[in-house]
Amino acid sequence: MKKNYEFIKNAVGRMVPTEVNGKKVVPFQGIRSYKPEGHKTAPPISSCSDYPMDGNKIVGSIKEALEKAGLKDGMTISSHHHFRNGDLIMNQVFDAAAELNKKGLMWFPSAAFPCHEPMIKHLDSGVIHHIEGSLNGPLGKYASEGKMDGLAVLRSHGGRWQAIQDGDVHIDIAVIAAPTADPLGNATGDRGPSACGLLGFGLADSMYADKVIVVTDNLVPFPCIPWQIQGQNVDYVVVLDKVGDPDKIVSGTTQLTKSPDRLYIAELTARFVKAAGIMQDGFSFQGGAGGTALAFAIYLKDMMQEAGVKARFVRGGSTKYLVEMLEEGLTDYILDGQTFDLDGVRSMRENEGHVNTSPFTSYNWHGKGNFASMVDVVVLGATEVDVNFNANVVTHSDGQMLHGIGGWQNCLFSKCTILPIPAFRDRIPVIVDEVTTIVGPGELVDVIVTERGIAINPLREDLIQATKDSGLPIRTIEEIKAEIDDLIGSVPQKPKLTDEPIGVVNWVDGTVIDTIFKIDK
Amino acid sequence: MVKMFQAGPPGKSIKSDCQVCYTPGSEPLKIEIESKVQALFSKTIRDLAESSFTKLGIASGSVQIKDFGALPFVMMAQIETVVKRAHPELVSVSLLPEFKQHAQYKTTRGRFRRSRLYLPGNQPKLFLNAGIHRPDCIILDLEDSVPPSEKDAARHIVRNALRTLDFFESERLVRINQGELGMLDLEAIVPHNVHVILLPKAETAEQVIAMDHKVREILKREGIDRPVYYMPILESALGVLNAREIALASKFNIALAMGLEDYTADIGTERTLEGTESFFARSMLVNAARAAGIQPIATVFSDVSNEAALRANVREAKALGFDGMGCIHPRQIKPIHEEFAPNAATVEQAKRIILAADDAQARGLGVVAVGSKMIDPPVVKRAERTIRMAVDIGMLPESWKLEV
Repeated sequence: MKKNYEFIKNAVGRMVPTEVNGKKVVPFQGIRSYKPEGHKTAPPISSCSDYPMDGNKIVGSIKEALEKAGLKDGMTISSHHHFRNGDLIMNQVFDAAAELNKKGLMWFPSAAFPCHEPMIKHLDSGVIHHIEGSLNGPLGKYASEGKMDGLAVLRSHGGRWQAIQDGDVHIDIAVIAAPTADPLGNATGDRGPSACGLLGFGLADSMYADKVIVVTDNLVPFPCIPWQIQGQNVDYVVVLDKVGDPDKIVSGTTQLTKSPDRLYIAELTARFVKAAGIMQDGFSFQGGAGGTALAFAIYLKDMMQEAGVKARFVRGGSTKYLVEMLEEGLTDYILDGQTFDLDGVRSMRENEGHVNTSPFTSYNWHGKGNFASMVDVVVLGATEVDVNFNANVVTHSDGQMLHGIGGWQNCLFSKCTILPIPAFRDRIPVIVDEVTTIVGPGELVDVIVTERGIAINPLREDLIQATKDSGLPIRTIEEIKAEIDDLIGSVPQKPKLTDEPIGVVNWVDGTVIDTIFKIDK
Repeated sequence: MVKMFQAGPPGKSIKSDCQVCYTPGSEPLKIEIESKVQALFSKTIRDLAESSFTKLGIASGSVQIKDFGALPFVMMAQIETVVKRAHPELVSVSLLPEFKQHAQYKTTRGRFRRSRLYLPGNQPKLFLNAGIHRPDCIILDLEDSVPPSEKDAARHIVRNALRTLDFFESERLVRINQGELGMLDLEAIVPHNVHVILLPKAETAEQVIAMDHKVREILKREGIDRPVYYMPILESALGVLNAREIALASKFNIALAMGLEDYTADIGTERTLEGTESFFARSMLVNAARAAGIQPIATVFSDVSNEAALRANVREAKALGFDGMGCIHPRQIKPIHEEFAPNAATVEQAKRIILAADDAQARGLGVVAVGSKMIDPPVVKRAERTIRMAVDIGMLPESWKLEV
């Protein structure tokens, strides 16, 4: 049974529901407009009287921990994606919840991956009512087909922190998979047989959830150093044989592209950064995951070496390519938000210039500044961009919801945001008249780099001036679009969508920027 | 029993192409379409399929199309292929896509041909963005990279690509098949602004002459007056020994190219990295081409991942006198252009010569001199070429004269 939604038009002209999963929501009002008042939320007061004085919080199993944490129907359980597609815990958590006959739970992951396909049976049986978090792969498809009760709420990494601290989402039980932990619950991700890097995605949960369970496969005597997660926030510790498969953190999005077209796009992007005068001593950049972004970092590195330029910091998603730059003295720091490969994990453990960050320091909009806006240049992916530079990263042109937002929206606040993207994929144009879903307003998207040329947002007169004699193929976005429309033979028809929402996309301030509708079969 | 005909690549991991099945029959034509891009193009695809069969005069039977994001020119080629497989008598009917303005630029005899990128004629997905890598020449290959069973399809795809795609000023080459098949290839491609025809396994002047006759007959019939040039490929001992006659066989020859895989087999040896076994052939080709006033072009280097070896190979070819070489992957283009580039001293000298020539012209002098040395017109011409190449690869800014 689908409920009736009331819709309202928001500041980017999209119709969004006024209520999402039983809570009133605020429609998007503008990039920087919405400023809520009041105080942050807080977890209940705890007393050491209720915790073992010897610091031993170990319980026998996940199921026992859930029972002790008081799991009830309709509660919210959170988890984190530092193992990406190698997570071995969350399927067990919901299997245990099913064994305890719990129903109507909300799963609040920082991101779901194809390894979480088994959750579909819990959605079907009603153990899980709905999921709020980035839905990739099979779960994305499931939700796209409208099979999930409730709406998928897609938030950025910064938006997830904001939602937790502002009380938009109340976490009853947080489950944090930890590659190393002590009996008190101190935990770290940078060492142990399943080392995966940092646990930053779980930090907010550890601070704001009612109950916190740490699950580890590498128990060390107190103290576990470094304590990325502090045991003073933790209720129970569970020890298992294996919590995650670190080999699988290296997902498809972290391999260097071999496509000559993508390599060309990456090279053009690096040349643009240089030509625009951004690549100067003390500058900073973010290279995300995705083959083109990785190739960009390699081209940029060559140019930095040639010009004798050193960065102050590089924002990662760390990979071996960024680690090499750190080790070769091309940057003072890697400020790491997510470790994408095992070289990154090693570097974080061994190199004090490789710093672990959290969505609080890097991305959270409801704080006293975050460093995303201080980064000189970021390169990001997109599924679609429209002629007004609005960009989409969650749905495809056919309406399917297939990707999460990650830190994408948060990174848009950098001094120069570049989207290096192919101009078409399988006959499907990437530059369109109107994006299927607005995830990033065009005002924040500065440059599109395609294999058919570079388009600079007309708002960025400074970049246009700086690069006008660079010899780079700079064109208007309309020119590139016209060339591709001619190549593919016709402007694609709009996919048939129903008026039934299956998800919403939140802006970094918690307002709703767009709605994802079910596809009409 | 009713026979079913098929066109398109087999399998499931297909990109930018489609599979078409056609069963002739007496019932009114029924077309079923399944497409990876259905949600966005279902109507366009149906319209195209229906109009294509109508234009080919097919009004009955049943058709199944499985589309994997084929562009219209590719789908038209596959439909034409399947119909002609079923009805060989339709040989003279063609299903031509619009001849785009951006497919009608011209070439010049003496342009750079440092890199020529081979693209298998039956793999249109590789054509779409080939031009963006800016090779001097694009080769749409109908010969060795296309299996015998796909020759007809490749001919249609290449022809349609010549009419449709923008190769961004790259010279447009087609390598035809040998013998009779090659004559069919010429019929299909000559009217569609092919700049240069690569003639494989050239062994005698007569082969070039026969091709030339055929090309001129087609151009005359079609009322086309622009030239079509030739690049014979020498791939055998006989071809190498006849290099001079082959080079002189037509005034439309613009280059001789070397094909070493077949050549080394023909002389009974194997190809080595050092290439001692082909030294004679390569030198012979360079001398025959130079004597005929055309460009000597080296063979391809097939280890795509070994850039250092590619560069060494280019340096050697350049030292032997070659003007260009083949490539099989876009990433080889840049190293080839860089290695064929003049060195800094040559560029400096060329700058002095050009400035002196400008000066002489400004002052109305008939003789160009650098210092006390007189400069002949061919030397000025070579200097211009050097400067063009230096500008092309970014060694010199376009406005270098302002910075002197």
